[in-house]
Amino acid sequence: MRNKTWMAFIFLTIFALVLSGCNFNKPDTDKGSTDGKEGTTTEKGETAKVEQVLRLSASAEIPTMDSTKAHDGVAFNVLNNTNEGLYRQDENNESILALAEKHDVSEDETVHTFTLRKTNWSNGDPVTAADFEYAWKRVMREAGAYNYMLATAGIKNAEAIMNEEMDADELGIKATGDLTLEVTLESPNPLFVTLLAFPTFLPQNQQFVEELGDQYALEAENVLSNGPFKLVSWTHEQGWTLEKNEDYWDADNVKLDKVEVVVVKEPSTGANLYETGKIDRTVLTSALVQQYSDNEDFQIEKESGIIFLRFNHNHPVLGHPEIRRAVNMAIDRDGLTDIILQDGSTPLYGVVAGEYYFSPDGKDYRELNGDINKGTPEEAKALWEKTLAEIGEKEVNVSINIADSESHKKVAEYLQAQLEDNLPGFKLEIKAVPFAQRLEIEKAITYDLSLSSWGPDYSDPMTYLDMWVKGGSANRMDYDNPKLNNLVQQAYTETDLSKRFEMLLEIEKILLVEDAAIAPLYQTGVAILKRGTVKKLVKHPSGAEFSYKWASIEE
Amino acid sequence: MKSYIFKRLGFMIVTLFVIVTATFFLMQLIPGTPFTNPEKLTEKQLVILNAKYGLDQPVAIQYLKYLGNLIQGDLGYSFQYDGRTVFSMIGDRIGPSAFIGLQALIFGSIIGLLLGVFSALRHNSVYDYLSVTIAVLGMSIPSFVFAALLQYYVGVKLEWLPVALWEGYSSTILPSFALSVTVIATVARFIRSEMLEVLGQDYVTTARAKGLNESAVIVKHVTRNALIPVVTMLGPLAVSIMTGTLVIEKIFSVPGLGEQFTLSILVLDYSVIMGITLFYSALFILVVFLVDILYGFLDPRIDYKGAEQA
Repeated sequence: MRNKTWMAFIFLTIFALVLSGCNFNKPDTDKGSTDGKEGTTTEKGETAKVEQVLRLSASAEIPTMDSTKAHDGVAFNVLNNTNEGLYRQDENNESILALAEKHDVSEDETVHTFTLRKTNWSNGDPVTAADFEYAWKRVMREAGAYNYMLATAGIKNAEAIMNEEMDADELGIKATGDLTLEVTLESPNPLFVTLLAFPTFLPQNQQFVEELGDQYALEAENVLSNGPFKLVSWTHEQGWTLEKNEDYWDADNVKLDKVEVVVVKEPSTGANLYETGKIDRTVLTSALVQQYSDNEDFQIEKESGIIFLRFNHNHPVLGHPEIRRAVNMAIDRDGLTDIILQDGSTPLYGVVAGEYYFSPDGKDYRELNGDINKGTPEEAKALWEKTLAEIGEKEVNVSINIADSESHKKVAEYLQAQLEDNLPGFKLEIKAVPFAQRLEIEKAITYDLSLSSWGPDYSDPMTYLDMWVKGGSANRMDYDNPKLNNLVQQAYTETDLSKRFEMLLEIEKILLVEDAAIAPLYQTGVAILKRGTVKKLVKHPSGAEFSYKWASIEE
Repeated sequence: MKSYIFKRLGFMIVTLFVIVTATFFLMQLIPGTPFTNPEKLTEKQLVILNAKYGLDQPVAIQYLKYLGNLIQGDLGYSFQYDGRTVFSMIGDRIGPSAFIGLQALIFGSIIGLLLGVFSALRHNSVYDYLSVTIAVLGMSIPSFVFAALLQYYVGVKLEWLPVALWEGYSSTILPSFALSVTVIATVARFIRSEMLEVLGQDYVTTARAKGLNESAVIVKHVTRNALIPVVTMLGPLAVSIMTGTLVIEKIFSVPGLGEQFTLSILVLDYSVIMGITLFYSALFILVVFLVDILYGFLDPRIDYKGAEQA
């Protein structure tokens, strides 16, 4: 009888062992750490002594390394640092020539000819113009998540292909030689060069991609690199390692030998790993900010996302611009970011984020247009009561549509208190729903107020501005001002950059000064811990978050 | 016995079928799309993408197609991990979850067993109250509190064990330990009450009357019989603990399956939701079945022939 009990136990154990399988794997980050260093003792004496290894964390696994399908920050980051497109974002987020050595533009500014540098993929194949033609057409054929970027860039027929009115082969891109690429645009587009730094425009080696079929880009050995770094290992859900690509055309300017990234999803874990020296940079949540704000490595980094209130422009009361302006004025943004959020967010009084977008003569867009609709509670109250009397209403009962995230709930509660206190007769009800549903409600425009967010697609103010045109998919509030619609259309093709920038400034004024169409609340930011030894880790507002190309470790 | 097993297998397939069907249709009620950047999709693009992935067809057709693929062993492709098969996604992540779960289960069962037996034997003594208190605390304090404390004190302050990440055996110890707290508490409470019941049985009195020494009575007669119901409880507990836990895995950066399920529901990754649901329920049903079979071996009073006649 006793044997049977033991049998039962053994049986269960074996069953469990079989389940657990054998994939208890260690990442091979330790293995490579010695061999990488010896070969690359740099000529530059000052950096040679310090180990040039940057250790970072990522908030999630890389979904795919296929540039035509990639859609999230984690993948964009790795793609940007292991690959090279025609252009890349420099330290000031400007597009600079990268794999393209020369960029010629036809007189009517619609035909762009690129001459590529002579470079190789990490398997030794040369990188050719055909690789770009193949990749871009593949984006269209596969209906990749960011295929609209090709339409935004104004590449001939991209929009028609997107809407399935034309075949992907008819895209306006042609390899006219091994190293010459000709791209035709629908019309002159001042954004074209800015967009080319986006990972969706990277090249792909046709033969390699087709040989691997549906396995392409799902493992480290199933991708090719042609950028500053190579992806040398990738353990799913755990992390990946990049090593300096010695064959990169600009390898002399790449100082890091290695970048190790581990997946850490919990911010407090990130902070603990930072404390034990496992990672060199970590993002803090507001709870952790209080704990670490005195730490010497503590920093605030501005980000480029914006959080704002949408108004339903069909609402009998909220449809009035002066009512919306009063709402704008009644909200104390400093209290919101400094007391409620405490996560690196900063007050925003405009639709274009600050510190990332500059005029041709180097002035910050945000500073040029200044703070719009900023006011005191008294001003807000006066304007509110006056306008309400004009409309003939005594009180306003509205609800706010929010995603059920922790931070959005806090923001909504703050708004509720501010608006009900400062605007007599205002009643705000909070309706929290899952993110996807918040979006559905916005698209159907069945809300009164909605707490929304927007992240830029490319490094130009336009990405915050053309979403407000009539019928735009991100308008989602029935806002329509023909003046704005026209100006956006004009700015699309204006190639005089100073004139264009004036237009961009004017668009925001129409949206906010004239119409008070939305209520901007804050610009996102992150509170981080970053070691002082990490230099020039460049952070971008859109596309890939980081460029490691110029980074180094210095004592 | 054989026909009982076949009958049970038949029921298992029916159960799975019901689960698949219910999940498939319930899932359709969640608003949103499975595509990766819903913020920026235009209506027209949505129509094109829906057509591309067959989501424009009536739900009934989609359901039949899914069943067809399922019978051929094809769980489909993930939306969030463009093009990765659901099969490989589960395969990549179940290992670490199961490993940690198994360690927690073994460790937790042993400690729980000792605590339970001990407190039953010293019924109503200080020791009993102490171990009951431990069990209650273990049940009521959420495991992430233990996890965070362990990580901070053992990992950061004392530097005895890795703070997090999945880098060799030492990094499995803290998460397993944090996870085992629930197992300890559950097993200890269960064993204690079973032991108390068995101690009052006639055959225990008989054994003592026969003149058996006390340790033989406790080990051979009391503990063994008290263990039988524990097996019933341990099976399902094993499944739930070994298929990954959201919080522990997140805190210790364990590359497991725990978070994937929640994430998939949030981003509406249809095929992954279905795949993981199917995997969990199949495992669960299988374990319940195995436990029932084991029961027959452990407890001679249970006779499957009777079940067949009924």
